[in-house]
Amino acid sequence: MDELIQYGPFLAEGFLENIKLALVAGVISLIFGTVLVSMRVSPTPVLRAAGTIYVNVVRNTPLTLVLAFSALGLSDTLGLTFSTVPRVNSFWVVGLGLAAYTSAFVCEALRSGINTVPLGQAEAARSIGLTFMQSLTLIILPQAFRSVIAPLGSVMIAMIKNTTVATAGGYLADAAANMKEVFDTTGASIPIFLGIVLAFMAVTLPVGYFTGWLARRLAVVR
Amino acid sequence: MSTTSVLFDAPGPRARVRNGLLTVVSIIAVGAVLYGIYRGFDAKGQWEGRIWEPFIRWETWDVYIIPGLIGTLRAAAVAAVLALVFGAVFGLARLSDHAWIRVPAGLVVEVFRAIPLLLLIFFIFYLLPTVMGGGDYAFIAVVLGLTLYNGSVLAEVVRAGVLSVPKGQSEAAYAVGMRKNQVMRLVLLPQAVTAMMPAIVSQLVVLLKDTALGYIIAYVDLLNTGFKILPAAFFGSLIPAAIVIGVIYVALNMALSAFATWLEKRSRRSRKTAAPPVAPPGPAAVPMGPATPGRTALEGME
Repeated sequence: MDELIQYGPFLAEGFLENIKLALVAGVISLIFGTVLVSMRVSPTPVLRAAGTIYVNVVRNTPLTLVLAFSALGLSDTLGLTFSTVPRVNSFWVVGLGLAAYTSAFVCEALRSGINTVPLGQAEAARSIGLTFMQSLTLIILPQAFRSVIAPLGSVMIAMIKNTTVATAGGYLADAAANMKEVFDTTGASIPIFLGIVLAFMAVTLPVGYFTGWLARRLAVVR
Repeated sequence: MSTTSVLFDAPGPRARVRNGLLTVVSIIAVGAVLYGIYRGFDAKGQWEGRIWEPFIRWETWDVYIIPGLIGTLRAAAVAAVLALVFGAVFGLARLSDHAWIRVPAGLVVEVFRAIPLLLLIFFIFYLLPTVMGGGDYAFIAVVLGLTLYNGSVLAEVVRAGVLSVPKGQSEAAYAVGMRKNQVMRLVLLPQAVTAMMPAIVSQLVVLLKDTALGYIIAYVDLLNTGFKILPAAFFGSLIPAAIVIGVIYVALNMALSAFATWLEKRSRRSRKTAAPPVAPPGPAAVPMGPATPGRTALEGME
């Protein structure tokens, strides 16, 4: 218990980085996932194919490889940098890598939401003369979003847990990296491990209950 | 593509022209992105034959890639077997009539599903040497971590599978005088297994993907030999190496996913069970009914 108190601030600092990463990846992946799903249902075969290939490749690649490649390949070898400060640069490399990975799952969740919108809705939208973009943004996607809030919530929970893989992307300031650093000096400590686990649960459980509540509240009555 | 046809009409003459234009524009856009990537690689000399050349030599595969692939498959196979056992035991324990079995089993399952897997692997990796003395525990840490996490998810799959068998089945079994154990063994489980099969296989895809976390604790897996050791031996081959092992991972996982889809189609065709297919539950905490759309969207995420 003394160890947890002694290293608590250091670990909390790391955990804060996980939260920041989760916020960045959450916002970007929701936006990019929506763009991807629009591509996957669009009338243009090229965009459909591009969206499908992206989702299938990213979904089947380990996140560790995605992040390690972003850091060592894209950033170090190809010179894609976001900041001259190495720490800030790593943060954005990992945040965007995580967003790129998560958006494939957001896209799949939204796509199954689109499948639940009754045929009549799209037909009615077309019959009053809405174009594809109008019927997608005004009729289909709002209903699709409302019906997949719960699955999107569990995608977000998985994403929050995945922020710990930041180590693979060279961002050595998150809770997992800090825990490893502390373990290097103290050896495995059960209180420290449980403390971090509880911190994660303190974030993921409310997200779960909130999205569950929101899903019930916003459910489309049919 | 059944959904796509709903969102837009069969195109008339004007729409065909517009779609044609859009196709050209999107080809140009996609082409521009690909060309941008090509130029970016080119500017850093990533197309030089020298750095791709190791991958057409047998020694590279023999010394680096194949041993790594074996490491990955070995960890995945051992963890898969253990996770299935763990899942069966705890899934059935959660269905027990005795609260003293049901409650602790439920607690274990919920806690291990909520822990970020990498933290669990780190913890085991550092805990084992203090408990069991020195040695290399990377393999055990990866396998144990994967077993506890995926086993807990599989426990949920087992529970959902057994619960998805209609109540009439167990009532009928009790009515003909079977015991609790016979009802489970002879009536519920055989039907549940059919319903669970696709969800189990997609969780095994997750397990296979997650073996890559071993890279972080220096377990000798495909990612480690292919992305750390190989580029160190052939200077400059980092990006070709990433592409080659990326293709191997994607191919492995897609083959397993295709197997899951095939199983699902098969079990839907031959209705030997009264239970509907079970979706993988993922990290849970979000209450979802069996009819929630997109429950399966999480497939393969973690």
